[in-house]
Amino acid sequence: MDSGLIYAGIAVLILIFAIVAVVAAVLLRRRGAPVIEQRPVAAPGVAPTSTQAPDAGLPGILEVEIPDPAAGRLHRLRSRLARSNNAIGKGLLALLSAGELTDSTWDEIEETLLTADLGVGPTQELIARLRTRVKVEGGTTPEHIKKMLREELLYLVDPTMDRNIAMNAERRPAVILVVGVNGTGKTTTTGKLARLLIADGQTVVLGAADTFRAAAADQLQTWGDRVGAAVVRGLEGGDPAAVAFDAVRTGADAQADTVVIDTAGRLHTKTGLMDELGKVKRVVEKQSPVDEVLLVLDATTGQNGLAQARVFREVVAITGIALTKLDGTARGGIVVAVQRELGVPVKLVGLGEGPDDLALFDPLEFVEALVGDL
Amino acid sequence: MFANLADRLAATIKGLRGKGRLSEADVEATVREIRTALLEADVALPVVREFTAVVKERALAAAASGALNPAQQIIKIVHEELIAILGGETRNLVFAKNPPTVILLAGLQGAGKTTLAGKLALQLKGEGHTPLLVAADLQRPNAVDQLRIISEQAGVAIFAPEPGNGVGDPIRVTREARVYAEQKLHDVVIVDTAGRLAIDAELMEQLRAVRDAARPDETLLVVDAMIGQDAVRTAEEFAEGVGFDAVVLTKLDGDARGGAALSIVSVTKRPIMFASVGEKLTDFEVFHPDRMASRILDMGDMLTLIEQAERVFDAEQTERMARKVSAGEDFTLDDFLEQMQSLKKMGSIGKIMGMLPGMGEMKAQLDQVDDREMDRVAAIIQSMTPAERQEPKILNGSRRSRIARGSGSSVSEVNGLIERFGQAQKMMKQMGKGGMPGMPGMPGMPGLPGLGGGKKSKGKMAKAIKPAKGKSRSGNPAKRADQEAGIFAPTAVPADLDISALPPELKKLLG
Repeated sequence: MDSGLIYAGIAVLILIFAIVAVVAAVLLRRRGAPVIEQRPVAAPGVAPTSTQAPDAGLPGILEVEIPDPAAGRLHRLRSRLARSNNAIGKGLLALLSAGELTDSTWDEIEETLLTADLGVGPTQELIARLRTRVKVEGGTTPEHIKKMLREELLYLVDPTMDRNIAMNAERRPAVILVVGVNGTGKTTTTGKLARLLIADGQTVVLGAADTFRAAAADQLQTWGDRVGAAVVRGLEGGDPAAVAFDAVRTGADAQADTVVIDTAGRLHTKTGLMDELGKVKRVVEKQSPVDEVLLVLDATTGQNGLAQARVFREVVAITGIALTKLDGTARGGIVVAVQRELGVPVKLVGLGEGPDDLALFDPLEFVEALVGDL
Repeated sequence: MFANLADRLAATIKGLRGKGRLSEADVEATVREIRTALLEADVALPVVREFTAVVKERALAAAASGALNPAQQIIKIVHEELIAILGGETRNLVFAKNPPTVILLAGLQGAGKTTLAGKLALQLKGEGHTPLLVAADLQRPNAVDQLRIISEQAGVAIFAPEPGNGVGDPIRVTREARVYAEQKLHDVVIVDTAGRLAIDAELMEQLRAVRDAARPDETLLVVDAMIGQDAVRTAEEFAEGVGFDAVVLTKLDGDARGGAALSIVSVTKRPIMFASVGEKLTDFEVFHPDRMASRILDMGDMLTLIEQAERVFDAEQTERMARKVSAGEDFTLDDFLEQMQSLKKMGSIGKIMGMLPGMGEMKAQLDQVDDREMDRVAAIIQSMTPAERQEPKILNGSRRSRIARGSGSSVSEVNGLIERFGQAQKMMKQMGKGGMPGMPGMPGMPGLPGLGGGKKSKGKMAKAIKPAKGKSRSGNPAKRADQEAGIFAPTAVPADLDISALPPELKKLLG
């Protein structure tokens, strides 16, 4: 059956191909040649150049800033989280404490959750659980409902997951790979993560393995310079795997605590580019295991976030999620679906444009901010 | 993966088939399915509510009229309504009477403004304009450098007096850019601004000031196709804050369903002007409402598939194949191998097949398709000598056992491949004779609405396809022969979305 399907598939596709061929034969004379989806790779074996020795300080460059410590960042940034998330909690509580819980009230609750990009599945789960509890416990006081709501939301966010960022192992730096689709904030997150780690007293080497996007390496360099992290970069259009490899080696030689590698944004549907990412990871692993693969997800992303996470997990086995741009009106409900379906926890949240606006994710704080200041 | 709308509706309506017409309760249930499908496509809730109300009304009317095949009716209604909203007001860029025409790009962080600026500039340059890119994103580190590199790639001028990285005043840059463009006779000015959140009052104030300095003829809101429920709020606030004339949808080359498109258009009443479909500067096109509608509903989209195929198969290869097919030459194992390898670039077989209309019910099976099977087939072919690949007939028992050993497979697998290949060869020959076995139904498919409505090349494509339709309807003997022989039934792409019609046939043939 399985192989039958394969053949049938190939047959269909060959047919499509044949159609394309016939049509293209007609069109070719009038149109430019179609091109293959592959990023041009410059001459093989480009030697990435290390711009600075990691522990050589920062000769003549900007003053090194001292970032805020990581601890308590989320608490400090809670007001921003609340700005974006309060609507869920408030709306829900208003509905739940309205007294009579009719079907249309439940529908409204459902819609409120859906508006947060929570997705149809998790929403229905939460509704079902709340419904049962309201029926069983019969509580309708606002306090009681608030408590239930907090518990149920917390259950969805699942506080039991391990959300620690991998720390350096014995005698080698921890290697963190930052991946994601275009425009989610990978480079920015990499820069902020470096600050976060440095704030905790670690030494950090950054690898600018985004050799594709114009000026991406410069952008990372700017981040690195600000906090005094060495940046290993290659030529634009060079082999990202080579840059990543060199970054890890530089990190190991300099006995840095952590190496953070920024990769080019790629849509999960581009097979060629996903293969390239797989290669980056494999090449790095020749030297040192990759301890953490962070998928950067934009909080505005809708249900497609799940598709992204699924493919990235398949290719590079993501171990955590960095949810960015949560300071806007978007609520990032998609991470709940991602956590639930794929078991990959949210580890970091980005809450603004400031250099220290990246915090470790804390489910309790997160839920508190959701239902807290009611 | 989520089942698509067609499947959902089919499941809901299955029980009603016998009745042949819909009751009010049935319509209610169906509308609920449509609601879920739209929500899963990230269409914003208020828009979904409004939309389903309209659909419900029309569906009830259709039900009252006793229309046959309710599922199809409803899908048609939904599709029509979607196109009506999405394509209501398409239009092109309006150029100023007195140049320069100023185009201002605004949007959230990471929507793709800088890249889009380059794409737009390249496009306009191709149309004979002399665009000037203005680096007014002085916020994000090295955004100015990025725009500079892009301007070099596109071969257009850039105005970037400030280094960026938080240094410089975008308002002044924009004001000076206008003057500069007038002096240097640039007839189009494209202003790339920093990404910002619509609720950031300070930055929105700044954007208003930039707008006033630029006096744009067109303000384009750049929106990521992957955006979720927040699309409406963002669009509304941008509309209120600075106002915009049209929308550009980026990253449409991903697999996001892009419900945001529908939300934004229906809330702000602004049209979607362009779509950005890739990372290269040339991956830029005019927006096709009909295809977006199919995409939101996750109905098979043959055009997208064909386009993807075009991207993957290179021109030379395509031409060679076309010649072969039309000359009636034999399709060899080498060709087969080459095509299979190209296909792999398009993604998993299951996914590609899922794009074909009517494959919905196969989805569970498609998900299980093991793509490594293709590698095994490739290994078998690669274990053959060139002569064997040209002429599989010479494969005798000893050769077959050698191939099996060489590829780590069994003789029966080799036999299976050769047998199936023979069938494929036959099919290709028949196509060369003019009958396109798979084509018959295409024009009737809802997944392919308005074939002629796309860009020019699509129009041609439609023309190329249409003659096949006539033949098939009149009962192409070649096709009938194929079907009777049971060869490659899946190639008979279902004529309409009568979903249940296909799978049994498919299953039988695959069994």
